[in-house]
Amino acid sequence: MLTPGDLSAIRLTLELATLTTALLLLIGTPIAWWLARTRSWLKAPVGAVVALPLVLPPTVIGFYLLVVLGPNGPIGQLTQALGLGLLPFTFWGLVAASVLYSMPFVVQPLQNAFEAIGDRPLEAAATLRASPLDCFFTVVLPLARPGYLTAAILGFAHTVGEFGVVLMIGGNIPEETRVVSVQIYDHVEALEYTQAHWLSAGMLVFSFVVLLALYAFNPDRRRP
Amino acid sequence: MTDPRIHARFHLDWPGFALDVDLDLPGRGVTALFGPSGSGKTTLLRCIAGLERAPGAYLGFDGEVWQDGDRFVPTHRRPLGYVFQEASLFPHLTVRRNLEYGLKRVPARERRVPLDHAIDLLGIGHLLERRPERLSGGERQRVGIARALALGPRILLMDEPLAALDLKRKQEILPYLERLHEALEIPILYVTHAPDEVAHLADHLVVMEEGRVLASGPLTETLARIDLPIRLGEDAGVVLDAVVAERDAEWKLACVEFAGGRFWTRDSGAELGRHVRVRVLARDVSLSLEPHGGTSIQNILPGTVAEIGDDSHPALALVRLQIGASPMLARLTKRSAAALGLHPGMNLWVQVKAVALIG
Repeated sequence: MLTPGDLSAIRLTLELATLTTALLLLIGTPIAWWLARTRSWLKAPVGAVVALPLVLPPTVIGFYLLVVLGPNGPIGQLTQALGLGLLPFTFWGLVAASVLYSMPFVVQPLQNAFEAIGDRPLEAAATLRASPLDCFFTVVLPLARPGYLTAAILGFAHTVGEFGVVLMIGGNIPEETRVVSVQIYDHVEALEYTQAHWLSAGMLVFSFVVLLALYAFNPDRRRP
Repeated sequence: MTDPRIHARFHLDWPGFALDVDLDLPGRGVTALFGPSGSGKTTLLRCIAGLERAPGAYLGFDGEVWQDGDRFVPTHRRPLGYVFQEASLFPHLTVRRNLEYGLKRVPARERRVPLDHAIDLLGIGHLLERRPERLSGGERQRVGIARALALGPRILLMDEPLAALDLKRKQEILPYLERLHEALEIPILYVTHAPDEVAHLADHLVVMEEGRVLASGPLTETLARIDLPIRLGEDAGVVLDAVVAERDAEWKLACVEFAGGRFWTRDSGAELGRHVRVRVLARDVSLSLEPHGGTSIQNILPGTVAEIGDDSHPALALVRLQIGASPMLARLTKRSAAALGLHPGMNLWVQVKAVALIG
């Protein structure tokens, strides 16, 4: 069955995905709100940057993250100056990479949800004495709830499923950066097919259940 | 104008549309912003609400400045109520929570209209626990109006509140609006392109066209202008305030009294003493030098010629008459006008063939 290493990888994966999803919902909300509401010419470039992880090979993202977060990179020097050390090959480095990598899977559903609300409920709230912030929490958030559900599920699932970026930025350190996808890779390399099966089948079931939940919660949407 | 409490000056230059308005509006009663679609009346209303930001504009309300230069009071700090064309209720809240949404954000001392009163006035007491999607269009709009009223606003802005409704729903809501008109002390700005709503509700009329104001003044006087005959629907004519003074059960007629005389008209069931409005079209008014007997026309009143002007066809003249304190319009051919020797100041008899009782 599952070895202690497998269990540790599963725990790490769930921690990583939970943390990443929580951070992404926090960071993604203002970005998605801005993208949904702005008339600035910056909308297209910012939208494109957010969507980049959809098309780039994970190795490209991982490579540049290594460069930027590394000892000679700008952020690496900043984290060192702050006494945080270096992020690559640590759990927090993985979190940072996952946030970037899963960004479009959270921002885009939120943006769609905000756009679908339109101007009118915001105007109605303003005529009912609600300040913009008040309106966001009492009108926008409740109306965008299906969008948040979709965003959370997709962000979580996509983080669980990542591999290339993890390998580039996290390496393969037990208890620190060895998540399930990497663990499966190791099993296969070591020809431990039974172990690989257990974990892979688990991932398969997990992914199916997640997508099933997604489609069940959003019955009228063709795509999430 | 008595009590000019709203001063609005807006200039907007959008691609394909310009708004250029400088208006004084009364601080009481219903002011109708009337004009075809695209005339800028909704944009003007949105500017007044602060939903649209027109640079360089001025907006004063009741001694306060809402917009002037860099000063711009955001919508949520303006003491107004706004009714949208579609009710725009919050779909995630019940009717009750929709009504309470604005109420909770208004300090208790500013709540001029108790919630129960707003609910009664609009007749929505039985709908409170429902979700907006379970309401009919007319019910939704009544909730939208009650929601705006419950704020205790100092001015109510209504953007074609009946336009999205079919005739039946419209007739269901109109009586509520008339009650509102009688019950409220606050000014109402009412955007519409429907002549019957103007005739029913307006006290003051602003006529708009292509982003500009063609005319602005008290309803009856504005409708009686012959330099700018304003057609409410099919024809020029005036709307007069009146009271039901007498009812004749035998002939099913009612007598209404207005400032200048009385009319007999078909009895539509309005009880004695009730305030009504009557509409008199220019084409139904003819003039005579003698108080004829032997005519089928029942309503013959003494009047004075105030002004004679051209009508749309070169053969026709439009005559503004004064009957007591009320103006009236008559249309006749220029040949008749010449034969009668009409001139301003002349006294004659005004025969009114048909009077429509409204509201």
